[in-house]
Order: sequence, then structure tokens, then C-alpha cells
Amino acid sequence: MRLITHNMLSCNIKGVTNGFPLKVEAEKVIEKEIDFNPDFLRRMFAKIEWKALVEAARSLGYAELPEDSPDATVIESAADESLLKKLHHALLELHLEEGALVCPETGRKFPVNKGIPNMLLHEDEV
Amino acid sequence: MKLKQLEGLLGDLQQFSNPKVELEQYPTGPHIASRMLFTAENSYGDITGKVVADFGCGCGTLSAAASLLDAACVIGFDIDPQSLETASLNADELEVEIDFVQCDITKLELKGQIVDTVVMNPPFGTRKKGADMEFLSAAMKVASQAVYSLHKTSTREHIKRAALRDFNAKSAEVICELRYDLPKLYKFHKRKEVDIAVDLWRFEPRQN
Repeated sequence: MRLITHNMLSCNIKGVTNGFPLKVEAEKVIEKEIDFNPDFLRRMFAKIEWKALVEAARSLGYAELPEDSPDATVIESAADESLLKKLHHALLELHLEEGALVCPETGRKFPVNKGIPNMLLHEDEV
Repeated sequence: MKLKQLEGLLGDLQQFSNPKVELEQYPTGPHIASRMLFTAENSYGDITGKVVADFGCGCGTLSAAASLLDAACVIGFDIDPQSLETASLNADELEVEIDFVQCDITKLELKGQIVDTVVMNPPFGTRKKGADMEFLSAAMKVASQAVYSLHKTSTREHIKRAALRDFNAKSAEVICELRYDLPKLYKFHKRKEVDIAVDLWRFEPRQN
């Protein structure tokens, strides 16, 4: 699972109001290079939750993203794509292979095995 | 990529080794899957460079097709761990990156507007009444651009009405009618093979 997916998952246990973002517990992280697509990243920048991404990336051992969401003009700039390259790496190249996603409100753990998070709820949680 | 080439690659994928009837697990054949995704890209530009989600992905045929047509990111969702394992192997085999998530589509809530396009071959609601509508409802909440889905032609009027009235669709159109050949997968199937008429739909959500 990559962090673009993490950026949309939340804990949907009945009664939970702040199930986003899920905390990440990483046991095994792998990196796979993929093609850099600046236009796609600019489009995604407008949609993602920056803070959720920064924290999740840190949990995977990648601390290069600035804490505060960068200004859109920096992202739009064609002259300097260094920040976009970091965004690319964090969003699309880091894979959580083994570990867990943890509900920020209840502490409920959703295990991640072979890269696949199990978000199924128990009967008493729905 | 040419249609024939896409269909050929999808033909090599592994399908359900032990299909579960309660989940209405039927493989999406390479013929249908390739046409579905090819049309989505070539007629509407909904795949290449997009974030594509595959609901009830099973062994990942539609996910794979989206990846092969250069979707920027593909995410397959399914409730069944064995199917996801096969889907994951299929992705490795084709050397494409697909994220998979195990979850119940009907309980899933995704944050934000990250997903552009949802593609799916949902259960037709034959075993569990209304399963098709639950999938469609969930897909319409997630897609910001379009939903492509297969439904029995016999349910056409019902689907159209529900999409426009209940699921916030701006448009709902049948792009083409296809024959879905169902091989004899389960014991209760009496005939060796049947084909049923299915519609390939394209829905556009209203801006959420």
C-alpha cells in the first residue's frame, strides 16, 4: 500500500468521528521507482491532506517533506521541481509492506500483510 | 496500446481458483474487460494519468487493464483475501503497480476527492438482492469524474432511475450492450455455459 491510498482511508467503526488520518506502524517498507509525472502530482497536491501525508511518510522513515503545506505557487513552479520530486516519492514510491494502520480515536489496529491493509470491521464495530 | 494487445495480456491472468458463490464471484473475461477500459480511455479520457479505483476487484482484471492503459494510480478493493492474493500475483506478473485494500465496499468511506474514476464489475444482485445497487451507490460517492459499471440489461430502467434520483448522477448512459459468458462455475449451474446480456454503463457524478 502506498501513501496516496493511505491518504483516503479512514476508520469507519460505528460512532468514531475522528477516524482520519490513520497512524502508521511500519515493520517493513519497500521502495519502487516509478515514472515522474509532474502534472499528475500538481493535480494531486490540490486534493491530498498534506499533514496526513507528512506524518505517514515519517512513519515510513521519509522525513523530507516540509511540515507545513507548501504554497501552491511553489508546486506550480516549473523551474524547481525538487519539492514535486519529494511529493512523488512519498505518495507513489514508498510501500508499506508489513505493519498496521491505527485508528487515531480508538487505537484499533488494521493489520497490513503483504502490502494489503485489512480494513474489515468486526460485527460489533458496524 | 492496441485493444487486441490489451485483451491478450488480460487473457493470461489467473482467475478465481475457488469461487465463492455468496460473493457472486465471476471472472471478468478479457474480452469485456479490455473493451470496457479501452472505451473509457479512448472515448472519454478517463483512465490514462488518472486515479482509478476498482470496486470488488476480485482477481484484478479491471485493475490490471487500467494499469496497462497508464492510469497514474490504481487501487483495487475487495472483501475476499484469496482473490486479493491472486490479484496481487497478477499485478506482479504484469509488472504493474496496483494497491489493494481488503474491505467491505458497502462500509467503505473514502476521504477527499482523490479518486477520479471507478471501474467495476459488481455482483449482479442475484444472490444478495440489492448488492449491485450498494456498489453503485458507493462508487458514485467516491468518483469525482466517472463510474464505469456492468449491470444486467434486464435491470436497465431501474439502474437509470436509481442513479439519477438516488445516487447523485448528473448523467447515466449505456455505452454498449455486451454478452457476458458465464462458464459453468458452480454446481447449481445446469447448463454448460450461458451468456447473459449486460450493459456497460458510464455515470457522471454531480460535483460532490
